[in-house]
Amino acid sequence: MSLLEVSGVSVSFDGFKAINNLSFQIGDAEMRAVIGPNGAGKTTFMDIITGKTRPDEGRVIWGEKSKSLLSMSEAQIAREGIGRKFQKPTVFEDQTVHANLLMALKNERGPLSVLFWKPKPDDLARVEALASEIALSDQLARKAGELSHGQKQWLEIGMLLAQDPKLLLVDEPAAGMTPSEREHTTSILVEAAKTRAVVVVEHDMEFIRRLNCRVTVLHEGSVLAEGSLDHVTSDPRVIDVYLGR
Amino acid sequence: MRTSFFARNPSVPIFLVLLAAFTIGVTILGEAYGTGDISTSFTKTLGKTLCLCLIAVALDLVWGYTGILSLGHFAFFGLGGYMIGMWLMYERTRAIVERSLANAPIPPTPQEIVDGIGTQIFGVVGSNEFPVVWAFADSLFLQLLMVVAVPGLLALVFGWLAFRSRVTGVYLSILTQAMTLALALYLFQNDSGLRGNNGLSGLQNLPGLGSVPQSKVSIWFLWASAAALGLGYLLAAWIVSGKFGSVMRGIRDDEARVRFLGYSVEGYKLFVFTLTAMIAGIAGALYYPQAGIVNPAEIAPIASIYLVVWVAIGGRGRLYGAVIGATFVSLVSSWFTGGQAPDIPLGVYTIKWVDWWLIVLGLSFVGVTLFAPKGIGGLVDLWTGRRAPDRHGADLGPDQGSFREREAGE
Ligand SMILES: Nc1ncnc2c1ncn2[C@@H]1O[C@H](COP(=O)(O)OP(=O)(O)O)[C@@H](O)[C@H]1O
Ligand SMILES: [Mg+2]
Repeated sequence: MSLLEVSGVSVSFDGFKAINNLSFQIGDAEMRAVIGPNGAGKTTFMDIITGKTRPDEGRVIWGEKSKSLLSMSEAQIAREGIGRKFQKPTVFEDQTVHANLLMALKNERGPLSVLFWKPKPDDLARVEALASEIALSDQLARKAGELSHGQKQWLEIGMLLAQDPKLLLVDEPAAGMTPSEREHTTSILVEAAKTRAVVVVEHDMEFIRRLNCRVTVLHEGSVLAEGSLDHVTSDPRVIDVYLGR
Repeated sequence: MRTSFFARNPSVPIFLVLLAAFTIGVTILGEAYGTGDISTSFTKTLGKTLCLCLIAVALDLVWGYTGILSLGHFAFFGLGGYMIGMWLMYERTRAIVERSLANAPIPPTPQEIVDGIGTQIFGVVGSNEFPVVWAFADSLFLQLLMVVAVPGLLALVFGWLAFRSRVTGVYLSILTQAMTLALALYLFQNDSGLRGNNGLSGLQNLPGLGSVPQSKVSIWFLWASAAALGLGYLLAAWIVSGKFGSVMRGIRDDEARVRFLGYSVEGYKLFVFTLTAMIAGIAGALYYPQAGIVNPAEIAPIASIYLVVWVAIGGRGRLYGAVIGATFVSLVSSWFTGGQAPDIPLGVYTIKWVDWWLIVLGLSFVGVTLFAPKGIGGLVDLWTGRRAPDRHGADLGPDQGSFREREAGE
């Protein structure tokens, strides 16, 4: 029984097929790495799952009740338990780290309940715990815009965890990070994957190796190979299109 | 971490104290209860300015905080004025009609009175029938309800259509201009039921209080306007200081990101747009009795654009900026356009401010947008920023600390 099932999905932009008959499955507490050359369609794949892009054909089925995500809005999909970290770190730069995390924290999302909402001690404790997990404890009062690039990446990961999603989609989390920051990022993701599904798009092979998980290789909008890292990196077609370049 | 609301938002108590001091000051200097140094007509100007401050605060919520550049909020303001104006005009005309029919040999029937009121009110547009929109004009309670309900409903329907189809940015601004233009054109028609371009007049006369002089009425309206502004400011500050405010700013800065956090951006926009339309309606309902007349020209698209200029010059994204902008620009405007500003003779050409003021205003708008996007309110940052290091780690918030230093310096 899989948590997310994408089957036969295609999408084209002005006649160009960015995603071509793509199928993909992930289970409840699974870590999956998605690799592929630039333009392979990795980001578009995440756009489809999160409702940003509507596919021309295919199905996207979610959860135990097998709901279709295709008829839901972005916000509804997020409330279903799918969280997303963007390739370019997007945090609310004009607000404090604390406010960013508080906004992401799993709670009622309707305007009226948000209007009358007050953080309970639990919520504040959760923000503190998240901040220490992403090494931003002493930055809580700062504006997010003042953080370094790597810290913004972490803040976004922290916001993702704050939503307590069932599925995390993480687009190039280690971009622009120092080697030690990368290592910390790996451990956050590995920890998260113990209790939920995590899909990581990344270019860095060392990073993928440390994740120690199944790998899906995308090429020209469809799955080229799937299996352990050693299995896919020894596949001649993968070497041809990706590694051998 | 948790402190009182006022401690977290020091501008709120400062503003409320200043507003109270202003209101008491005008009362003491006014004609009705004080020395008479401030004329009744200037008292009305000040009271109207408070109403303009209130709609500026509303626009700041929608534009400065949520990023929706509405160029139509004066439509809601005008509608608020029309709603209260209908009751004021109906009841006052009824008093007049009843008085004139009282001398008739046979006592008038209720229908005769209503017909008499109709002839009085709609004679100017060649009619004497009450249109359906006047159905509740004899009930103060229902018309007061309509002060918030009618603008709110229009905003709700308009916003639902616009936000649902994800119209944003310039396109949304144009739509709001189209809305206000359409409403003004509709009201200009004689058969709109609201007396066409004549509008509703005589609104300064309160029914049943004909013996009370305008000097008193003007002070009463000043008090009511100050109370509405104070409450509106408090409400706005409360909304923006919590998580709702976080979401508003998030929508302004990156609405797609807010969606992926699970917030329905459209719902929030609709909420803010409708709420601020209702606040604008209240502001209008307090403004037009002080102005004495409301007509479709008030709803002209340019009025909403002025409003945006005030907020931009005052400093958007901060509530006191909106108040500063509305006060400063509208008072300076009325000084220049009221013919009080001395003309400047240049020999060959005389600068008449009545003609040139708009150009000055337009240039200051462009100047502020390009060179001082924080507006006049940004000066407060300079000032608190400059004073902050002088506090030697004193246990005071920056605003409180600088306030004390200002007092000490004076
Ligand atoms: N909104 C869009 N409009 C047009 N083309 C797009 C759009 N989004 C993605 N593409 C194209 O689809 C292809 C896949 O892009 P993307 O998913 O970003 O690749 P990846 O993340 O694997 O590098 C690219 O060729 C890109 O140019
Ligand atoms: Mg990408």
